[in-house]
Amino acid sequence: MATAQLLSVEGVSKSFPGVQALKDVHLDLNSGEVLALVGENGAGKSTLMKVLSGIYKRDTGVIKLNNQPIEVDGPLQAQKLGIAIIHQEMNLMPHLTVAQNILIGREPRKLFGIATDDKELNRQAKILLDELHLNLDPNQLVGKLTVAKQQMVEIAKALSYDSKIIIMDEPTSALTQSETDVLFTIIGNLRKSGKGIIYISHRMEELTKISDRITVFRDGQYIDTLITKDTKIAKIISLMIGREVAQDIRPDQVKKFSDSEVALEIKGLSTKNLLKDISFQLRKGEILGFAGLMGAGRTELALAIVGKDQISAGEIIIKGKKVKINNPSDAVANGIGYLSEDRKRYGVLLNQDVKFNLVLSNLRRLISKIGFVNTAKSKGLSNDAVKNLTIRTPTINQMVKNLSGGNQQKVVIGKWLTRETDILIFDEPTRGIDVGAKDEVYKLIGELAKAGKSIIMISSELPEVLRMSDRILVMCEGRVTGILTNKEADQNLIMQYATKYR
Amino acid sequence: MAKLKDNALMASIRHRAEQSLAFASLVAIFIFFTFANSAFATWSNITGILLSTAVIGLLAIGTTFVIITGGIDLSIGTGVTLTSVMVAWSLNNMGMPIWVGIIVGILSGALMGLFSGLAITRLQLPPFIATLAMMLIAKGLALVISGVKPIYLESVEGYNNIALGQIIPNFPNAVLIFFASAVVASIVLNRTIIGRYTFAIGSNEEATKLSGINVDRWKILIYIIGGIYIGLAGIVLSSRLSSAQPALGQGYELEAIAAVIIGGTSLLGGKGSITGTVIGALIMAVLINGLRIMEIRQEWQTVVTGLVIIVAVYADSIRRRNAGEL
Repeated sequence: MATAQLLSVEGVSKSFPGVQALKDVHLDLNSGEVLALVGENGAGKSTLMKVLSGIYKRDTGVIKLNNQPIEVDGPLQAQKLGIAIIHQEMNLMPHLTVAQNILIGREPRKLFGIATDDKELNRQAKILLDELHLNLDPNQLVGKLTVAKQQMVEIAKALSYDSKIIIMDEPTSALTQSETDVLFTIIGNLRKSGKGIIYISHRMEELTKISDRITVFRDGQYIDTLITKDTKIAKIISLMIGREVAQDIRPDQVKKFSDSEVALEIKGLSTKNLLKDISFQLRKGEILGFAGLMGAGRTELALAIVGKDQISAGEIIIKGKKVKINNPSDAVANGIGYLSEDRKRYGVLLNQDVKFNLVLSNLRRLISKIGFVNTAKSKGLSNDAVKNLTIRTPTINQMVKNLSGGNQQKVVIGKWLTRETDILIFDEPTRGIDVGAKDEVYKLIGELAKAGKSIIMISSELPEVLRMSDRILVMCEGRVTGILTNKEADQNLIMQYATKYR
Repeated sequence: MAKLKDNALMASIRHRAEQSLAFASLVAIFIFFTFANSAFATWSNITGILLSTAVIGLLAIGTTFVIITGGIDLSIGTGVTLTSVMVAWSLNNMGMPIWVGIIVGILSGALMGLFSGLAITRLQLPPFIATLAMMLIAKGLALVISGVKPIYLESVEGYNNIALGQIIPNFPNAVLIFFASAVVASIVLNRTIIGRYTFAIGSNEEATKLSGINVDRWKILIYIIGGIYIGLAGIVLSSRLSSAQPALGQGYELEAIAAVIIGGTSLLGGKGSITGTVIGALIMAVLINGLRIMEIRQEWQTVVTGLVIIVAVYADSIRRRNAGEL
């Protein structure tokens, strides 16, 4: 393999008011290789990417492209230099077509450059898509595509600049297994054609599959670079967080729940669009994992149970009593709490402080007779929650947006704990949370179950499901295809059930 | 491949259907008034409706661009006051020829757009605030320049013909200007680079920026386009009235924005059409005219307009929910 050095970052630092985001980091990328860049949230990966794409200006250090020092003044300049970034958040225009998105800023023109030539635009886009073996219609609106296909559009867009360096920031976080496989095939082809790829991900199994070398950052500093095939996952993780963590963990003791009370029973639940005849039981103190591919209907099932989506048939039985849940407040009244996967949108108020968030769902209890909020009680309640959940925040007056993902998640959990909910539905509770904080969230969920709460945990990460769940309910295309005990379940079996109807 | 083509075909059919939904309501309202009162569907009444739509319609067309970017322009109402005063001042007080007056009108509108655009991009003010300020500035300037008195243009020979002349017999020029402007705007929005970036910015401004597009510059241009339409509206208004009224125009912005919204353009940006806006403006004008012919008091006409906005936007949101867009 040709290993000409493509990009080198030497001694780059960047600080923001109050934070040193990068301290003297370095990194080098060869042509024809996939370099994984790993580190916990806040390790400085994204900052470095933004420096490379010219969104941020570095304070010190040198960036060399093909051994020539370069200055990157902005995204346009980065594109011209052949550096393309596929950002974590989708960076597409949903109201424009596939072709319009791919070639934005470089539309073929006619009539003295005023008018767009859409025929030519679609033709050029089609060629690009065909080169990548992407079966996409250039004329389709991007907003109507699945997340995976949108990702493909992003890749096509990045490559359309004839980029030599492609940086992918968590590209698989919203993809299913088969879509990830397609992506990896594409990455493999790019590597063969001599491009250099920097691949940022939290998913360790992926890195071992796809990368040649792995560079680890921690706290804004360079830690080490390892050759992937000589390295164990545990080693990478310990470098990332500075201590050892076991990967394939199962619950301490697999408990038997056949004797305990049935907290929630679903009988023959269906919705108009997706869910078909779903039945299961959840017992007191049990953690029931929901596994399945994206689009299998796990979140939809949760939303149907809490009354966000309408059910067309079926019964919801709580502690032996049939209940009617028409909206989320009915669900709360019946003791069911739903913690959304999209924490920033549905879980917390980012621009309010920790206290405000923790107290919000309890205001009724904290209001005095004449309608004022009892400040002392709110403070006490918030301080208790911060202590019990080990929320890392300087004070309860800190804005929630300044907390890390893991601590934000704890605030969400805290919100629900202060209500009397017996059944908690966690939807992707560790999405976007770094490895160390994940452990704490797991511990917290485990403790909740021990304290007698019944828990449904929706997760796309199989190791997480296997680690946490007493039983695992697998869904595929809106149906339950299997309910496994932790003992009999393994990744292969779950995937078999999850792909049953495909 | 066949499946992809089907999707594209379905999408295009649905797009047509969406457009015709607004059009169908317009037709329905029209038919209703035709049967309700025989004076409604006469040629002179219809051209009257079109004539009364022209000013609001022009404003609505220009502001459609701004709204598709996810912005808003509140200055278009008093902007009309200012541009009509500017035209009248240059014709009457300065004695300039009509063609110069027209240029002055359009330029003063474009300048308003430029300033709003600069305030929004360079000073990073929210469009609502920047154009609210511009609304007050325009209102004040119009009063200052006119000396708080109407400027009459009866003495300017031929100026009246811009709006009321009839190149096509029995068809006022103002309506011609309105329709021609709509066609031009539609072409600009759908076939040119600036139109493409109008949608791109409204759809995802950050992504557009990251694609290496100078979003600020295009935004300023888009507000200038809106300003040019303010200028056109000011010319048509002052020509129709043979005068510039320094108090007329405030409130037009809300009627124009209502027309845009009834026409299906999303206030969130990224989605909209000129055809929709024209239909929206016509729906409002037909309603007002029909109610007046039925001798319903003006106060009630305003109430009905408000209700129509609720019905139109609600119907649109239902449709989008069914189409899975929400």
